[in-house]
Amino acid sequence: MDKVSKKSIKNCSSQTPESAELNPDEVYIDEAEVEELNAADENIICEEEDACKDERKRQRLLEAISALGGKRKRKLGERSEAAVQMSEFTVSGEGEKVNLSDLIGTIDKNAAIPAKTKKQLKTLQQSNKTVECPLSKQESERIQRDVAYQKAASEVSQWKGVIKQNQRAEQLVFPLNQEPSGPKPFERVLTSWKAQTPLEQEIFSLLSINKQPIHDPILTPTEEASLRAMSLEEAKVRHAELQKARALQSYYEAKARRERKIKSKKYHKVQNKHKRKEFLKQFDEMVKTNPAAALEELNKIELARMQERMSLKHQNSGKWAKSQVIMAKYDEGARKSMQQQLEVNKDLTQKLVTSLNNEEDSEIEEVSAEVTPAFVKDAEEGLDSSNPWMRGKLSAEPREKQTSDSVDLTAEGFGGNASEDEEDKHNVAETEEEALLREFDNRRKHRQIQEADTELILCLDDDDNEDKEKTKNAAEDLDTSDKEEELSQFTSLMQGLTDAHWDIEAEFAKTAADTSSQLEQSFIKIGTLEDRELLSQEDSAAEKVPVKPQLSTSTENPLPASPVTEKKRKRKRGIELKHVLTKETNIIHVPLAPTFRDSEDLDESLDQRQLIKEAFAGDDVVSDFLKDKRKQEDTSKPKLLDLTLPGWGEWGGTDLKPSRNKQRRFRIKAALPPPRKDQNLPSVIILEKRNSSVTLHQVNTLPFPFENHAQFESTIRCPMGRTWNTEQTVKKITKPKVVTQLGTIIEPMNRERLGKKLVSPGSQDSVKLS
Amino acid sequence: MTPLSIPSFSYQMKVKVLSRNPDDYVRETKLDIQRVPRNYDPTLHPFELSREYTRALNATKLERVFAKPFLASLDGHRDGVNCMAKHTKSLSTFLSGSCDGEVAIMWNLTKHECVRTLQAHEGFVRGMVVRYCGTSFFTVGDDKTIKQWKMEAPGYGEEEEPLNTILGKTVFTGLDHHWQEGVFATCGQQVDIWDEQRSSPIRSFTWGVESFSSIRFNPVETEILASCASDRSIVLYDMRESAPLKKVIMTMRSNTLCWNPMEAYYFTCSNEDYNLYTYDMRYLDQPVTVHMDHVSAVLDVDYSPTGREFVSASFDKTIRIFPKDVGHSREVYHTKRMQHVICVKWSSDNKYVLSGSDEMNIRLWKAYAAEKLGVLAPRERQAINYNQKLKEKFQHHPQIRRISHHRHLPKSIYHQTKELRIMKEARRRKERNVRKHSRPGTVPVVSEKEKHVVTVVK
Repeated sequence: MDKVSKKSIKNCSSQTPESAELNPDEVYIDEAEVEELNAADENIICEEEDACKDERKRQRLLEAISALGGKRKRKLGERSEAAVQMSEFTVSGEGEKVNLSDLIGTIDKNAAIPAKTKKQLKTLQQSNKTVECPLSKQESERIQRDVAYQKAASEVSQWKGVIKQNQRAEQLVFPLNQEPSGPKPFERVLTSWKAQTPLEQEIFSLLSINKQPIHDPILTPTEEASLRAMSLEEAKVRHAELQKARALQSYYEAKARRERKIKSKKYHKVQNKHKRKEFLKQFDEMVKTNPAAALEELNKIELARMQERMSLKHQNSGKWAKSQVIMAKYDEGARKSMQQQLEVNKDLTQKLVTSLNNEEDSEIEEVSAEVTPAFVKDAEEGLDSSNPWMRGKLSAEPREKQTSDSVDLTAEGFGGNASEDEEDKHNVAETEEEALLREFDNRRKHRQIQEADTELILCLDDDDNEDKEKTKNAAEDLDTSDKEEELSQFTSLMQGLTDAHWDIEAEFAKTAADTSSQLEQSFIKIGTLEDRELLSQEDSAAEKVPVKPQLSTSTENPLPASPVTEKKRKRKRGIELKHVLTKETNIIHVPLAPTFRDSEDLDESLDQRQLIKEAFAGDDVVSDFLKDKRKQEDTSKPKLLDLTLPGWGEWGGTDLKPSRNKQRRFRIKAALPPPRKDQNLPSVIILEKRNSSVTLHQVNTLPFPFENHAQFESTIRCPMGRTWNTEQTVKKITKPKVVTQLGTIIEPMNRERLGKKLVSPGSQDSVKLS
Repeated sequence: MTPLSIPSFSYQMKVKVLSRNPDDYVRETKLDIQRVPRNYDPTLHPFELSREYTRALNATKLERVFAKPFLASLDGHRDGVNCMAKHTKSLSTFLSGSCDGEVAIMWNLTKHECVRTLQAHEGFVRGMVVRYCGTSFFTVGDDKTIKQWKMEAPGYGEEEEPLNTILGKTVFTGLDHHWQEGVFATCGQQVDIWDEQRSSPIRSFTWGVESFSSIRFNPVETEILASCASDRSIVLYDMRESAPLKKVIMTMRSNTLCWNPMEAYYFTCSNEDYNLYTYDMRYLDQPVTVHMDHVSAVLDVDYSPTGREFVSASFDKTIRIFPKDVGHSREVYHTKRMQHVICVKWSSDNKYVLSGSDEMNIRLWKAYAAEKLGVLAPRERQAINYNQKLKEKFQHHPQIRRISHHRHLPKSIYHQTKELRIMKEARRRKERNVRKHSRPGTVPVVSEKEKHVVTVVK
């Protein structure tokens, strides 16, 4: 017996500790059996006569014998109670525990199993890693829930677009999935309809064979192509254009060929000159329109000029030139050729005046030219060397000035140009003058461009200036006829405001001609405001100096031209400019009302005042206002409360007044109210009482969704009624947000609608076409 | 000379007469509309603002004059009405179940009469719902049974018998049917999903120990359900999943809930704390809107089929109509005899509201109190639309707001509202004071929305 028990124990110990842990009841059973067996042995020995227990004993004996045999049978676990769910622990294993190694052992022998699985199994066998224990039920459920919720939420979020759209919709008609009533478009009806009868089928097959459209675009391909093609008139116009272009081209080609064949040198010279002029003109244009390209051109010109200045080509220093010099004494032709050479040189070395390279310079020059007309310079000439205005070549050539005609007056004004070369001094006078004239011409063009830009401003400014001058002249001039003349001039000026600069110049000339004092004034009052600014910037110091000497000299100075001729010239010039300026300028007719009040136009303003007085003779606004104010004040004053009753303590009756004593006693004076806010404001009435009847209806706080008063007021301002709006507008404005029909069931939102919203109309079309 | 000149003068004299082109004013046919010449020059029609204001004021006043929402009272129950159900296909048919439980009644709303009664359960009829096709309906009662009934009345000589009867283990407290399939859900101690063909639930959800008071299918995303539980929580389910989705626990118990039929993720629950809460099911940590105005527990809620508004029934003997995104009601209905309103439904044509109350009556109300029912002439409709817009435009003006907001309330409710307001103000004041006298940051400002949510359980 001991042996048995020992063996069983041994068995147990031979098992892995894990298995021992797993089957604790097994061990327990063994021990119980051993005890039982001991008891049975005793029974067999001592109680043989008990017959009814025989069977049981035998059984036990058999068991004991079987237990002796080494291999023991385990008891089957029995289910004694009905249970829906079996516990995982009650499933007790029968027989030996199966190990993974046992199973794998058979695999090795089996050829059908691929090597890969075998390898995997081996690695599994070798790995000592234990599998992590599963999550607790609560936690796994929680994860499950979370995942499910995320899924549901994302699913539901698909509706976001539809919901937003419905919320924003101006009008929703419920039920939503209604078919639109009214006639359907032709194409939709056709697509849903199918040819059924044989006749219909035949017709459709015919249509399809001949490429006739069945639905949507009801045009054949050829028709479409013709539609896409040009219209007849367009084609005609185009044809005519092409023809004309071809004719022109052939004409120009012929012309060029003819010109090339001409042998005359003079002709080509003239032609070249003309071309240069043309180029300059174009260049000026280019400066305006395409400054970048113009700059390039300018650089080219500059380069040419530099080269010319460096070379001795046209300097009359060559062999030929020297011979010519000798010949010049006798030969007219030689002289001329030399002249030409020099001219070429001059042309090439001449600096090009454009707005691009010397804007500042030209501006300053201009200013000086405008501000100091020729006569001033004439007057000052040679007097003051420190005067920057006189620092130029002008002072060096006084003789020429005096001889020059009045027509060239302004042209000479530019004589003091520094750009002129010193080396040309020895040149003949005519050529010099020519160059000067050309330069002047250039500059004038340039100025025209500028003028066009600042036209409007100048117009206004000039107007102001003229007004001022006019007033001053009126004050100083005693001669009435002269004044009249001036007035007429001004009116003409107003008409020809386009050439403001010229007019101003002329103005200066004229005033200078009148009197010296006027001259002085006009000198101080410089041109336009802009000019004044410029002057103050550039040479404020220089300006102050020349005033005094001028005073003294101007009186002595003989007038360069009579006023009459001056006027004539001015008019002529105005006309010329009009011819020059192709574009009409906007003339702003500014009324000649003075911008500031002066004593001079007192009579005029008096007239105006008188007129107004006469017009509003009846209503005295000021006194009315004062009356109103007094009334307001009176109403706000506290009333005297009279509580005197006649008859009490005195005689009563008609025509009897209560005594003064009594009055004093029973008249109650209310306390004075706080001082009125408009007490010290003579021209204001401040109503201190709020009008409660109106405030009752007014919104006193800004309602919620609005951010400022303007927003809120804008929603209130526009009327909606039919009195103010057209019928269609009213219908549109007053459309209700939600429309439901009486007696129709509104189904909840449907999934189909989501699908509809997802597929855009464009994509639907594409689907239909394919 | 003179006698000759006179006649010549008379010949030359011009006589000016009015002459108009008949094309301008004569109709081509008799059926044409008369042309009304109009001049829209604003100088001819001055004071547009004040004139429109006056019109708006008049419209507002008239609206109040014509606001007569109460249409009919349907009597016939012998105990309080506990539940109601709309017919899904017929507007005039309506079902109601009473507290004594024995009766479920079908009403013809147009005739205001009871069409059919039947003995459904012993004890309360807890819930009833019409199948999506409208051919039958389900009831649950205190006798632990689910019964399916035919919508049609039994023929002569036939006995009134349910089509199906399912015996459950526990009491069912609520019932709802799927909107597209033959599946319904009940709630009691647990939430069960039933197939109509089977006698055992195809799925049942439990989450902790609680009992549920109401369950509703989402009408848009039809697989999603929500239920109110007695542990103050609202639980979301997906029919396809084996576990519930999420749970939000509030400070007090929700009685019922209703999904917005047009907006898939919004639902509103009626709470014991006198408020209603609209939630977005994706963001449960705080409600989208808190709707307050009731002065007692809110017992039932139902959305209008347009999804723009909902109606709520309360223990305070009133029903209120709230716009879905506004915190306060736009309308309150009450009568002298109406007791605690237990259930309420919005008719599926968006025109009526039905309320069932304790004192055995079902009341029929207009959803829009001043709306004119019946066919409108075009001009009438235009005028109504115009007035509506005017009221909208001038809604912020004090007089118009005062008049349009004014409602007569029963004395008790009026005083209770005042009292509640005072209480609320006092609480707020106290909180403010506490905050003022404690270290900054220790007493945070909690918004009204945050106040009522305890936790969200995943």
